Parts: sequence; structure tokens; C-alpha cells
Amino acid sequence: MNPVVEYFGDIYRGIKTATIGMRITFKHLFTRAVTIQYPTVKMKLPERARNRLYVNMDDCIGCDQCAMACPVDCIDIETIKSTPEDNLGTTSTGQKKRLHVPLFDIDIAKCCYCGLCVYPCPTECIKMTDVYEFSEFDRHNLIYSFSTMTPAEIETATTKAKKMEEEVAAKKVTAAAATKAAAEAKAAAQATQPPQPTEQQQKPE
Amino acid sequence: MEQYLTSLFGDPLWVQILMGVPPLVFILVYTLIVLYLEMKVAAHMQDRVAYMRTGWHGTLQPFADMLKLLQKEDTIPAAADKLLFIIAPYVTFSGTYAAFAALPFGSSFVGSNINIGIFYIVAISSLVVVGLLMAGWASNNKWSLFGALRSAAQIVSYEIPSAFAILGVVMVAGTMSLQELSAAQTGGITHWMILGGTLPLTKKLIAIPLMIVLFLVYYVSSMAEVNRTPFDIPEAESELVQGYNTEYSGMKFAIFYLAEYANLFLVSAIATVLFFGGWASPFASLMTGPWWSAFWFVTKGMLFVFLNIWLRWTLPRLRVDQLMYMSWKVLTPFAFACVLGLGLLLVW
Amino acid sequence: MTDTIIAPPKTSTGKSLRTEEMILNMGPQHPSTHGVLRLELVVDGEIVVEVVPHIGYLHRCFEKHCEHMTNYQQVIPYVDRLDYVCAMNNEFAYVVAAERLLKIQVPERVEYIRVIMAELQRIASHLIAVGTYGIDIGAFTPFLYCFRDREKILDLFEMTCGARLLYNYMWIGGLSHDIPTDFVPRAKEFCSYFKAQIRDFNNLLTFNEIFVKRTAHAGILPPEVAVNYACSGPMLRGSGVSWDLRRDDPYSIYNRFEWDVPVGKGERGPVGSCWDRHIVRMREMEQSVRIIEQALAQIPEGDVQSAIPKRIRPNPGEVYARTETPRGELGFYIVSDGTATPYRIKARSPGFVNLSVINEIARGGMIADLVAIIGSIDIVLGEVDR
Repeated sequence: MNPVVEYFGDIYRGIKTATIGMRITFKHLFTRAVTIQYPTVKMKLPERARNRLYVNMDDCIGCDQCAMACPVDCIDIETIKSTPEDNLGTTSTGQKKRLHVPLFDIDIAKCCYCGLCVYPCPTECIKMTDVYEFSEFDRHNLIYSFSTMTPAEIETATTKAKKMEEEVAAKKVTAAAATKAAAEAKAAAQATQPPQPTEQQQKPE
Repeated sequence: MEQYLTSLFGDPLWVQILMGVPPLVFILVYTLIVLYLEMKVAAHMQDRVAYMRTGWHGTLQPFADMLKLLQKEDTIPAAADKLLFIIAPYVTFSGTYAAFAALPFGSSFVGSNINIGIFYIVAISSLVVVGLLMAGWASNNKWSLFGALRSAAQIVSYEIPSAFAILGVVMVAGTMSLQELSAAQTGGITHWMILGGTLPLTKKLIAIPLMIVLFLVYYVSSMAEVNRTPFDIPEAESELVQGYNTEYSGMKFAIFYLAEYANLFLVSAIATVLFFGGWASPFASLMTGPWWSAFWFVTKGMLFVFLNIWLRWTLPRLRVDQLMYMSWKVLTPFAFACVLGLGLLLVW
Repeated sequence: MTDTIIAPPKTSTGKSLRTEEMILNMGPQHPSTHGVLRLELVVDGEIVVEVVPHIGYLHRCFEKHCEHMTNYQQVIPYVDRLDYVCAMNNEFAYVVAAERLLKIQVPERVEYIRVIMAELQRIASHLIAVGTYGIDIGAFTPFLYCFRDREKILDLFEMTCGARLLYNYMWIGGLSHDIPTDFVPRAKEFCSYFKAQIRDFNNLLTFNEIFVKRTAHAGILPPEVAVNYACSGPMLRGSGVSWDLRRDDPYSIYNRFEWDVPVGKGERGPVGSCWDRHIVRMREMEQSVRIIEQALAQIPEGDVQSAIPKRIRPNPGEVYARTETPRGELGFYIVSDGTATPYRIKARSPGFVNLSVINEIARGGMIADLVAIIGSIDIVLGEVDR
């Protein structure tokens, strides 16, 4: 292109596009701001918002599904078997609880807020709430313990469970001993009968 | 003012020292206002609100900013050239501050009514380049050096078109003294230089487009003198972090900041004095008088400052070689052609 | 007394410098390298002689995680975090690959919703790309406008799946939630609002003469070089090569929509310049709006979770599937050994491949051009380093 025309064309286009841009920014001087003054004004989150986890321990049956589903292994669950006499109650969905849950720790600092723990829960007791302002000064305060068992309760439950296990083990041992004794008795009974074939074998000597 | 202070103190030395104080006060007050204005204008152009928490709608924020800068630790890099590092911001600031002496703040408020006013201002504000070069070199940082060198090249090249623009106006007005330039533009808006000054009507019609082009040339080169976008390569935030400013903190950084905004007002004020009447009122005889003239001067200066801010937040940045191209191949030829045209016009 | 000859400094690639050259380090922390990328520059004054990128500052062992600690469903939050700016597109690529491996056919409604989400995410990602590009060039205001529009898209996503940036929304065989009832009207409203914003943005930045002068002659990438370096996405289309996986290697239901593939034609300078890539991104946003409007009009009813398998245990085998993300071709190569955990997942990320071309196109330009070039490649270190 003719360099002179290009030169003047550049200048003309420069001025024209600059003024178009200036008009746009000037127009925006008078439009309403789109920002809000957090923290005095807070936005309302939609109902499906995925923020801090919450576990309703009354409904937890200790099935460990959420811990297995977590991709970053931030949920730590320990369970103790309950004895048949214990009544742990039923969940709000009607299931009977059979396991004590002494340890249900969620390390919310590790949590990646994916929500994969929410879906497998049979009683819908683990939920993602809309709380997003939960920063702490100490990292250890971010390990949330949801278990509601006191150390005394854990102690009694553990001893009961151990006792029940020992009883079951003892029963198994006695049952095994009983079957062994029965087998021995049967073998002894067989041994006292005269062994016919062998005497005849010894005769020809 | 000189007479008042002389009558108060009698000793000319004290009078001279105290007469240097009002411009300093003006610079400080103005900087606080323009900091606030810049951030607020920028924010509203970007559909947001800045500064709402300190004071009503953030009006106390500039105080907070200045206090913060003053109480920050003043670090000097270990391998930096100490003397140059320390005096660089003060050299930059003194170049601008000295130029305030010749600005006509009103019909009877001028620090020094020298008859080579505009020439003096152009000369003394070149001290800024020395300060920037010192800052960049003494920081012992490759990126700062880049910024300083670019800035020196930029300022020196853009003085030429701005000098041509000034020359055009001086030719028409016949005087270099800023006070007399403003006085020559009294009598209403039609006497302003941008509308031809006090030339007869036929000559005025030819002079007006030339004057408009000269004003544009002057304004663009003044933006480059002050290192503001689209010419802020020396402090290109995205490339050089802060350019020559990178290693500065605390009081010295505050002085650099102050110098930049003072320089901004200086060139805006010169633009108003040269082209838009200085302290002359746009109405022929309304709102004239010493205090009204001061009001007009400051208002017009702030309008051009606002224009500068508006351009800063709209346009992207020019690259260094494009900057040089613009100065030498676009602004200088146009300014030269206009000066030639004005000269021919005056001779006729 | 002999003078000791000081050996000239060497770059990390072993090149030794001439006396007028200088090694400059655009370190991992730099306002305009879009993440933790270290660039070692050899410069001669302002001219760049060589660029050596050093990556790995954001490596998070994504592929190792997938081998040991996760099953197929749990990989999806990790895949989100590869290129955190366009998470939906990453998930899309992965679930397409996994569904091909498991031979699952998803319901129509799922396909439509996936396309809508992927295109919305494409717009959001391009908004970040062009906004930050403006900042690199020195225009601070368009960035704010881009983020204002992006907020509307993120509101749509938050309404649907609860998260704004990392969604875990597209599951193997379906979606985690169905779209709420007011999604379709709000998405339509967004589409009509957004068209005017693109026009405004173009007037403010794209056609601004200073911007054109900065970008239209920088970073010229010839088409053959782009193809040889396996560039994809706007890098490739900006050089004039019309190749878009949604049209040329179709996946999902993209072949049902009518839309154009914008290609750089060298309107303001040589073909393959930074400006061409930028205008390709702007036009892609317009085309995405077209696709979204067509999809919104055609969504069928259905159950989005009907095809999700209870247990994901594919037969031993391997699959490679690729999709078009805002940055280019993202491919997943999955090898399965019959268990619930994948044996190997390899992510072919577009950023990693596109970044490798930087030495070719930045040589001979100035440092300011280098900043423009990095911005136009549009890398996100999350997927470059994985």
C-alpha cells in the first residue's frame, strides 16, 4: 500500500479507535457498580452450594462408604461393634444402628469439596452446607471431629465389644474342642473293636 | 504575597524560604486529592467502587496510603550505589518542584514572574531524567536499568514535539512569560489560544485547526513526559514489575510518587496556560478577580488531569520503538508543519 | 602476567553468550507469565535471541495419583484441577474417554447438557484469556469487564452443581445433578446479554490501533511450523489451519449444531500473529453462544443418572480420546487392567505442547513482544505441569 496513505491512515485510525474506547469507558463511569461490599453485604448462595461439610451423627450408621468414596482420604472413621443388648437407636430413615462410631474425623483442610462423599451415604447424614467462612489460625483446628462419644463411653463400648469377642472366641474354642472330643471319642470307639484283618495276617507266620 | 511576607518578617532570606512553602503545600494537598480521584474514576470506569471503608466513601484513604508509605522500612539493596540511590528521588522531585515557581496560579499569585517562564519550565523539568537514570542505575537491578534507559530515551525524545507546540503558542502570543500569556487570553473564551488568541477573525479561522493540532501534539507528548499510559513503558507493570521503581520502598518511593503526580499537574497546568486561557475566565467579565482566577486555573488544570486519568484507563501501552516512532515521525512533523503554518499566518 | 580469560556465561541449554548478549530471567514469580513459569531469555539489548522455558513448578503428580489412590469415579476431581480455568472441558474429555472404554451410551439429555456446560466454560475461559491479555498489553479496564461477564457464567454453574470453579459435575455415564428449572431461561438471558458485551470489548481493545500495532506483527507462527509442533486450538487456527476437533473428529453431539470455525486470516498483519489468535478467541466466543442457543432450544427430557454404572470395573484394554478445550486438544489415554483403579492415565495437555513453540516464534522480537506472545499462547500452568 502506498506508504503515505498508510501513514495517514494509521494516524486517523489511531485517533478514531482511541475516541471509541474513551466513549465506552466514559459510559461506564455512570453505570452501576457490579460489586457488593463484602463483609457488610453477603451474597446469597444457591441451595446446591458445596461448602463446608457437616455430619449429623444421629443418623450415621458407620458404614464407611463416605471414607471410601473420598478421593483425598480426608475422612477417618473407626467403628466398634455393638453387643445385641445395646440399643443404639434408629436413624431418621428407619435403619437400626449397629455400630458405635468413636472416631469420625474430617480434615477439612484436605477436603477438595467435590461432594463425592455425599452420594453414597445411605442415611444422607453427611451434607455440604453453605458455610464458607471457617478459616482458623491453627491448622489443627481444621480437623473436625464429629463423633459424639465421650471417652468413658468409648471405654465401655470397647470393653463390651472385647468381652463379646472373647465370648464368641471362647464359644468357638469350646465348640471346636467339643467337635474334636467327639471326633477323638469316635476314633477311640473304633480303636477298641478287635481288628479282624490284622490277626489273620499274623497267622501264617 | 512577597510584599505581605516582607512586611511581616523584613528579612529577605526568610521571605524567600517561606515563599517556597505554598507550592509544596499545594503539591501535597493536590496529590492526596488526585490519588483519590484516580482510584475512584478508575473504579467507576471498571464497574466497581474502590475505597469505601476509610472515611465516607474512602475519602481518608490517601492519608492512609501516605501514612503507610512513610512508616515503611526504607530498604537499600546491599549492592546498590548508596549515594545515587538516596538522592535520586529528591533530584526527580526538585526538578518538578522548581518548575512550580513559574506557574501563574492566579492573576496575582505567581511565584516568580520571569519573562522566560515557559522556557525555564521546559529546562528545569529535564532534571527529572537525571533522577530517573540515577534511580535505575543505582538499584543494581537489570530490570530497573531497562526501565531507566527506556524512560530517559522517551522523555528526551518527547521534549522536541512539546517544545515545538510551545513555540507555536509563543509566536502567536509574543511572550514567553506564563503570567503574560494568561493575561493575553483574558476577555472571554474567544480569546483563548486554542481558538486563535487575539488574532483578527480571518486569521483566526486558519489558526484554529493549527492550534488544535498543536494542542493535541502538546498533550500527547506531555503524557509521555509524565510516563503515563499509553506511554508508561518505564513502569510497565506487567513486564518490568515497577521499572526504575522496583527497589524503592517507604519514604523514597513516596517522593517518587509525589514527583510523578506533581509533574502531571505541571504539564496539565502548562496545557491550560498555553491553550485554554490559564487563569482567564471563559466569560468576558464574570468571575474575574484574583481568587476567581485561582479557581479557574486549578479547575482547568484538574480537568486535564482527569482527561489524563481517563486515557490511562482506556488505552493499552505502546511499545518502546512505537513510542519513538510516534515522537519522531508523527508528532514532530505535525508540530513543525503547524509552527510553519502559524509563522506564515503571522507574517501575512 | 597473563590475563585470565573469563569463560562466557552459558545458558542452561549450554549455549555460550557473545559479549553483547545478556541472560535475563523472567522468574517463576512475574506478573505476566500467567502462572509459575520460568523463562530464561538471552537478549541482545531489547531483542530476544533465545527463550528457554523451565516448567515443573506446579507439578502435582496427577498421573501417579490416578494409578494408585483413586478409582475411575474419584479421578474426576483431579481432572478438574488440571486446567482449573476450564474444568468442565477437562471433565468432558475424561468422561468421553472412560465411556468409550466402558462402552456406555449416555442419554440424550446428558449429551445436550454436557455440550451447554462445555461451551459456557469455553466462553468463561476465553474471557480470562483475553482479559489477562489486555493487562499484559497495558489495558487494565477490559479485564474487569471480562470478569464481570464471567461472574454470570459462574453463577449459572453454581446454581447447577454447587461449585464455581471445580465442579465434579460430569460423571462417567451421566451427570451429578440435573439442571434446575430456571437454568434454561437464565442461560438464554445470558446469551442475549453477552453478544453486546463482545461488541463493546472488541471496540475497546481488539480494534484499538495501539493494541493492533502491538500484536499484529508479533509472534508470527507459520502454519507448517504450527502443524509440525502439534499445536492445537486457537494457536493452530490463528495460523490459518482450519482444524477443530468438534467438527473434524466429532464426539458427543456436536455434529447436530450449526456453527463456524473461526480461522485467522491475517486481517491486520501477517497470518499467524498474536492478533489473529486473539480475534480467533473472540469469534469462538460468538460461535459458542450460537451453539448454546441451539442446544438450549433442543434439550430433550430424560433422566441424567440412568446410565451411571453402579460399579466401574472396565475390561482390560486401552483407549485414547481427545476433545477440544479452549486451549486446544486435550487427550486422555487410559489403560485399564480390569480392576477398579486405572492402570495408567496419561493426559496430553494442549498447554504443554503449545508452549514448546515459544522459542520459534519469540526469537528476533523484543521483550515486550515476548510478553504479548506468552499471553496469546494462553497457557495455564496447571495443565502444562499436571
